[in-house]
Amino acid sequence: MYEIVRREVLAEDSDLFEIYAPEIAKKAKAGQFVIIRINETGERIPLTLADFDAKKGTITLVALRVGKTTHLLGTLKAGDEILDVVGPLGNPTEIDNYGRVICVGGGLGIATIITICKALKDAGNYVIGIIGARTKDLLIYEDKLRGICNELHISTDDGSYGHHGFVTDVLKKLLDEGDTIDIIWAIGPAIMMKFVCKTTESYKIKTIVSLNPIMVDGTGMCGACRVEVDGKTKFTCVHGPEFDGHKVNWDLLLSRQQMYLNSEKLSFNKFKEKIRG
Amino acid sequence: MNMEKRKPSKRKLKVEMQQQEIEVRIRNFNEVPFGYSEEQAIEEAKRCLQCKKPKCVEGCPVDVDIPAFIKLIEDGKFDKAAKKIKEKNSLPAICGRVCPQEDQCEKVCILGRKKEFEPVAIGRLERFAADWEAEHGTVKVPNTPPPTGKKVAVVGSGPAGLTCAFDLVKMGHQITLFESLHKAGGVLVYGIPEFRLPKKIVQREVDYIRSLGVNLRVNSLIGKLYTIDELKGKYDAIFLGTGAGLPMFLGIPGENYNGVYSANEFLTRSNLMKAYLFPEWDTPIKRGKKVAVVGGGNVAMDSARTALRLGADEVYLVYRRSEKEMPARIEEIERAKEEGIKFMILSNPVEVIGENGWVKALKCIKMELGEPDESGRRRPIPIPGSEFMFDIDLFIVAIGTRPNPLISQTTPALKTTKWGTIVVQEDVPKTSLDGVYAGGDIVTGAATVILAMGAGKEAAKAIDEYLKKK
Ligand SMILES: Cc1cc2nc3c(=O)[nH]c(=O)nc-3n(C[C@H](O)[C@H](O)[C@H](O)COP(=O)(O)OP(=O)(O)OC[C@H]3O[C@@H](n4cnc5c(N)ncnc54)[C@H](O)[C@@H]3O)c2cc1C
Ligand SMILES: Cc1cc2nc3c(=O)[nH]c(=O)nc-3n(C[C@H](O)[C@H](O)[C@H](O)COP(=O)(O)OP(=O)(O)OC[C@H]3O[C@@H](n4cnc5c(N)ncnc54)[C@H](O)[C@@H]3O)c2cc1C
Ligand code: SF4
Ligand code: SF4
Ligand code: FES
Repeated sequence: MYEIVRREVLAEDSDLFEIYAPEIAKKAKAGQFVIIRINETGERIPLTLADFDAKKGTITLVALRVGKTTHLLGTLKAGDEILDVVGPLGNPTEIDNYGRVICVGGGLGIATIITICKALKDAGNYVIGIIGARTKDLLIYEDKLRGICNELHISTDDGSYGHHGFVTDVLKKLLDEGDTIDIIWAIGPAIMMKFVCKTTESYKIKTIVSLNPIMVDGTGMCGACRVEVDGKTKFTCVHGPEFDGHKVNWDLLLSRQQMYLNSEKLSFNKFKEKIRG
Repeated sequence: MNMEKRKPSKRKLKVEMQQQEIEVRIRNFNEVPFGYSEEQAIEEAKRCLQCKKPKCVEGCPVDVDIPAFIKLIEDGKFDKAAKKIKEKNSLPAICGRVCPQEDQCEKVCILGRKKEFEPVAIGRLERFAADWEAEHGTVKVPNTPPPTGKKVAVVGSGPAGLTCAFDLVKMGHQITLFESLHKAGGVLVYGIPEFRLPKKIVQREVDYIRSLGVNLRVNSLIGKLYTIDELKGKYDAIFLGTGAGLPMFLGIPGENYNGVYSANEFLTRSNLMKAYLFPEWDTPIKRGKKVAVVGGGNVAMDSARTALRLGADEVYLVYRRSEKEMPARIEEIERAKEEGIKFMILSNPVEVIGENGWVKALKCIKMELGEPDESGRRRPIPIPGSEFMFDIDLFIVAIGTRPNPLISQTTPALKTTKWGTIVVQEDVPKTSLDGVYAGGDIVTGAATVILAMGAGKEAAKAIDEYLKKK
């Protein structure tokens, strides 16, 4: 059992959970994830480590409520327990002093890119953050990122705050007018990562993405998480989750994420009925 | 002596074991056979010749005293029969169900050599004794010797790890058993389906081992949470029983379409995550109407029969050699056929055809058998121009698994073969690292439950000796 020590609602449909898991907290590195199972009948879902604190013995997860499991998670409060948490899984981000780095975070990707920004900054990089959300209210962690990044740029799809448009517009502008950029990280919904990679491709700047296929075990045992990188099949949980975004077969990832759409709807509707009582 | 008086029965065939009707069982996940009643078990036990030099024992990888336990059953001492088996085999309810007896104990049974006679149903009797004990018997916690003060980490809770932990804790050592999944049991819980091995039986064994004081730590992926080096700092010895769970794919075009599963994923969703109970349980699974499974082992049979139980109308088993070469247990092949699984032998998939991201059809090529290969089985050769295609909506790849690579990746000093199996010495199951032992599928590649248990046992003995010298 893993106790939730703090729970916050970050935005309309995103929750933060700080969970007591001292062994994982001690081992965790930027870019890694855990798999949780809320209760005995629950499914295993992967969530990126948004933060970890070895001293306090806690890890922080941030989840967007999309379906049954993430909504159920959203009903939990501080003091409640999660049945299973396994990790840290996946390879950590390769942190180095690259020079000038852009980190693009979209939606909840903003939360998970913070640990990477922090580690890159600590390694001596000049870190430029670009974050975007659908609308101002969904924009999270602006202040926290301002404290870490050397520059921070913001966009909202509806123009309610910062640049009116997508993160890719801001990115393109920076790449066109700014100094050289040595490497880029992009984390967010698959569709956003795909378009970031499309944008950076013509500039020939290496772009690292963190892939989020459907998973089961997270230890290389099932192949649910397989993606195609550079024409080869890779298991995201052991070979990733970070890959060179220019080599990823995005359409395959997007298609495989849809595999259980009908079941997920069924499961979610059943859950909604149950809560309504 | 009453031995002279005893005359084995003249019955030629094994006493049948009642099972669920075919039409019923293909739509549920309950265990297929019901097991022997007391009367049936005694009747079967009477067939045993009580040989002076029992060949059957030589055929059993862990030397169960077969004639002795069968005699106890014959005499109605069921509890004692179970205890007799347990002297050598700590998981009889499991082995009685899943051992490939026709290749082991029953293969060499002397009765089976007589013309028209079947061997004694050793597996069924073993299962009977173990189930009887669980239901009525006295499962007493053995007296553990005084603590030795030595700590051992056992990594992986499959049959190898469970057996090793069981033996070591009985020797007085302090055992921590690390398992990466949320449930202990290895393949016994995530791979082998409920209808062949009810999960409550595995749970019973795991509970028993815990009751002896083994500290089970689920959700603990060694290599990530702790490296082997870190464990070496905290424990006096380590056993690696991490199994061969890395699924292989065919490497043919279209294998990443939706609706294409590795057998491991399909079975894990169904068994470990209880996807057959979706939506009561949360994990979904694709239920196909026309299903193809490629492979000829137990894993392929289990996948095909699971797909059927999930509601398929037609299930094809595609295998590149002939039925004779299939590595699955004969009983499973027979049950699969009874249940209507269609065997498409001497065929091999060459391409998965898709539509809108989903599998739509399978293209195969016909094979013929050539000269025997290294495995002694005749090598399958594709017949040029013999490709054929059929529609499917679910495709399961069950062509084998390789060793789990996580530990070797994070422990460069650990010697492995080019297939990824861990190298151990010939005389003792010791790895290239001092104090680190290994056994089961991680050493042999995918094998059997009983061999993994045997390896766990042998390692426990070696570890005990090592600890005494330390
Ligand atoms: C390595 C990794 C890290 C992730 N990190 C985060 C994170 O930090 N925060 C966060 O909110 N989400 C993260 N995700 C996605 C998260 O796991 C899914 O949103 C979650 O599983 C959805 O479960 P559900 O039952 O609520 O929704 P469902 O009803 O199951 O699904 C809703 C949608 O989510 C997608 N989805 C379903 N299951 C999974 C799955 N197991 N993995 C990925 N996508 C899935 C489907 O495409 C579907 O359209 C991560 C995924 C991966 C693989
Ligand atoms: C579907 C299927 C059907 C089968 N049917 C039969 C049958 O009928 N009869 C038969 O005799 N054999 C059968 N087998 C084979 C048999 O199950 C295996 O040979 C046996 O389970 C091997 O035991 P093991 O202990 O070596 O490994 P496993 O049972 O594979 O157990 C290994 C355990 O280690 C865990 N692990 C792996 N890596 C780590 C890590 N880094 N840290 C912590 N834990 C880790 C895994 O999660 C797993 O629980 C079948 C196999 C399958 C897949
Ligand atoms: S353990 Fe397996 S091989 Fe040995 S007697 Fe029992 S069924 Fe036969
Ligand atoms: S070889 Fe067969 S007949 Fe002889 S003791 Fe063993 S089981 Fe009985
Ligand atoms: S999630 Fe099972 S192999 Fe990656």
